[in-house]
Amino acid sequence: MNPAAESFVQESRDILEDLEGIVLELEADPSDPKRIDAVFRALHTLKGSGGMFGFATLAAFTHHFESAYERIREGKAAVTPELIQLSLASRDHLERMLDAGPDEDGTPATDPATAELVAKIEAMDNSSAPVSAKAANCACFTITFKPEPTALRNGMRPELLIAELQELGDATVSVSTVDVPLLRDLDPAVCHLSWMIELETAADRDAIDDVFIFASDWQIDVQQVEAGTGSDLPAPASSRAESVADSSKSDTSDAARGAQKTDSVRVPSHRLDELMDQLGELVIAQARLNRISTDLGDAGLSSTAEEIERLVTGLRDATLSIRMLPIELVFGKFRRVVRDLSTELGKDVQLSTLGGETEVDKNVIDSLTEPLVHIIRNSIDHGIESPEERRAAGKADRATVAMRARQAGGEVLISVTDDGKGLDAEAIRARGIERGLIAADQDISEDQLFGLIFEPGFSTAKALSSVSGRGVGMDAVRRVIDDLHGAVEVKSVKGRGTEVTLRLPLTLAIIDGLLVKVAGGPFVLPLSNVEECVELPCDENERQSGRSILRIRDQLVPFLSLDTLFGFDRIESSERRVVITSVEGRRTGLVVDEVIGQYQTVIKPLSLYHRGIEGLAGSTILGDGAVALILDAAAIVRRAQNALKSAA
Amino acid sequence: MSKTILSVDDSKSIRDMIGFTLQPKGYDVIGAGDGLEGIAALKANKVNLVVCDLNMPNMNGLEMVRKVREDRSFDGIPIVMLTTEAQKEKMLAAKEAGAAGWLVKPFDEAKLVSVVNKMIGGAQ
Repeated sequence: MNPAAESFVQESRDILEDLEGIVLELEADPSDPKRIDAVFRALHTLKGSGGMFGFATLAAFTHHFESAYERIREGKAAVTPELIQLSLASRDHLERMLDAGPDEDGTPATDPATAELVAKIEAMDNSSAPVSAKAANCACFTITFKPEPTALRNGMRPELLIAELQELGDATVSVSTVDVPLLRDLDPAVCHLSWMIELETAADRDAIDDVFIFASDWQIDVQQVEAGTGSDLPAPASSRAESVADSSKSDTSDAARGAQKTDSVRVPSHRLDELMDQLGELVIAQARLNRISTDLGDAGLSSTAEEIERLVTGLRDATLSIRMLPIELVFGKFRRVVRDLSTELGKDVQLSTLGGETEVDKNVIDSLTEPLVHIIRNSIDHGIESPEERRAAGKADRATVAMRARQAGGEVLISVTDDGKGLDAEAIRARGIERGLIAADQDISEDQLFGLIFEPGFSTAKALSSVSGRGVGMDAVRRVIDDLHGAVEVKSVKGRGTEVTLRLPLTLAIIDGLLVKVAGGPFVLPLSNVEECVELPCDENERQSGRSILRIRDQLVPFLSLDTLFGFDRIESSERRVVITSVEGRRTGLVVDEVIGQYQTVIKPLSLYHRGIEGLAGSTILGDGAVALILDAAAIVRRAQNALKSAA
Repeated sequence: MSKTILSVDDSKSIRDMIGFTLQPKGYDVIGAGDGLEGIAALKANKVNLVVCDLNMPNMNGLEMVRKVREDRSFDGIPIVMLTTEAQKEKMLAAKEAGAAGWLVKPFDEAKLVSVVNKMIGGAQ
């Protein structure tokens, strides 16, 4: 089998696996249109790509299978136990067809087992006549336009036109910069760009022409494209594909995704890890080269080193982008979670998602599901009121949980917002006092108070439910987010709702670090934890159990000496500084012998033997080949606190 | 800061109508009675968009568009022409000269607001 066909088989097996689950769920809830759509989409993808990879028999068979679901979607047939039975049998049959490999001569073959199933499916259909094409209510357009060179001077704003097009539907915008001249010839007021927009919209051609009403003198080309999958399927199939995409706007269109998948490559993730590893080595070697070339001062070597630096940066960005996946993959799982939970708890909750296209490192994505489940559970269980309570509070019966993702600088912000009753500050304070987390008379800000819900063993739920209330949820959230070098924030307005925001770094493999020296050895602190560096005051005599207090802009900040903590001998140095870290909203100073500066750190995992050491997050290799340990500020502060508690 | 619209028209009632329509939408509206006054107003104020009549004394709309587009300091300020169906030729000439769009008289308030929003993306 050729590699393309292999990848098709692999993808199809995934689809069939999902299909089984969906069909079983459909059996439990036969009227769920989302599941019917999901089955339909899965089959549509199989059918579309099957033909392209030489599985014509499979494609032809899937067509019959799909037709049955098409009738259900149109309300012409219902989901019956027989249909479920037949669907499962057909699914198994498809699996066998995949096992059998592509058709020998590329034309559909007939075998008795296939014919029998087809006959059964058609008997269910009552009429085997192909379903007539439904008027497509969603169309795809490819729009290319190139503004007149004078357009910008005349006050035309192409970005506003693009925004208008985006309002019409799902638009993929790409810009062409081929006509941009060299910088010395560039007139910034002249428009050199042209755009191509793929628009999937329920609007018609006139609506698109309206957008360009004042741009009649531009080169504009609007073409309607068939959203077919490239196989020679009958016409109704493509219009069906469009209607699927339309009816599942909230889902990412699987039909479209299926089509995209055909020109992408599936790679086992360990190969990516290998690539990352090699790249890490390359970044290190390149840093070494830079050092040598600086030392030698040879012009030829320096310019080569600079060029290599540029190439390595490009290579690094390109490689990191391979690892980036849309967060929609995580969001998608939650439709089911929210649905099941709200049913279980007798609440009416809808999930809305925004920014699913935001891309995050694969490893971050993999770790995100668990904490998000905890947050959503808490929202639905504790935050959202029953429909009766909501009505009494003047809110809509149906509550909304919104998951949003967006990128801000080097971070991804993921927030879960509910419109429930909000956090009860008094109950949290009472519980905090009861658990000994705060003193009864402690003056504590609302942010800090809300932060308590992430403490281990904290739970204010009045009755334990099977969903949450075991008090293991939110502290697990913080642990995972800490591991990802991220942060959690909670905002809440009583009676209005709660928002939990996760801040995560874009990638885990490379971080910005602060290179410091402690007792002669190099260490790296993740820059995301560092707030500032200050001079160490000379009199350190307020010492209590290894901890001292520093006054910074009228705020008291405790600090610890890393050399004492690590059991090193003190090296007296005039360069001693306090690095102020911010961990979980608390500021703690770490005393180091010298601050060397910002350092782009390629994280290498510690050996298995060293991995469990508290306070170390990994290691990295410096430009001169020396190994520096990466410090886990959160764990160090925690360790110091525990030591303090047990001493007291 | 709210955006400023310059209405250039020899008819005060049209200038007023544009002012009364756009001010509640958050725009500042200033007026000028002909093309010469219009260019003076452009120089004296930071204008985001010009709504300009075609037929005016002293300097008509078409001449004004040409003058404005000659002056690079006015780059990026869109000019919307007020025209009637009968003035199609002139309107095309104005477009050629660098007008960004047009409003065909008679127009209603909603149309005016939608064209202005389309051109400069809202009042904020």
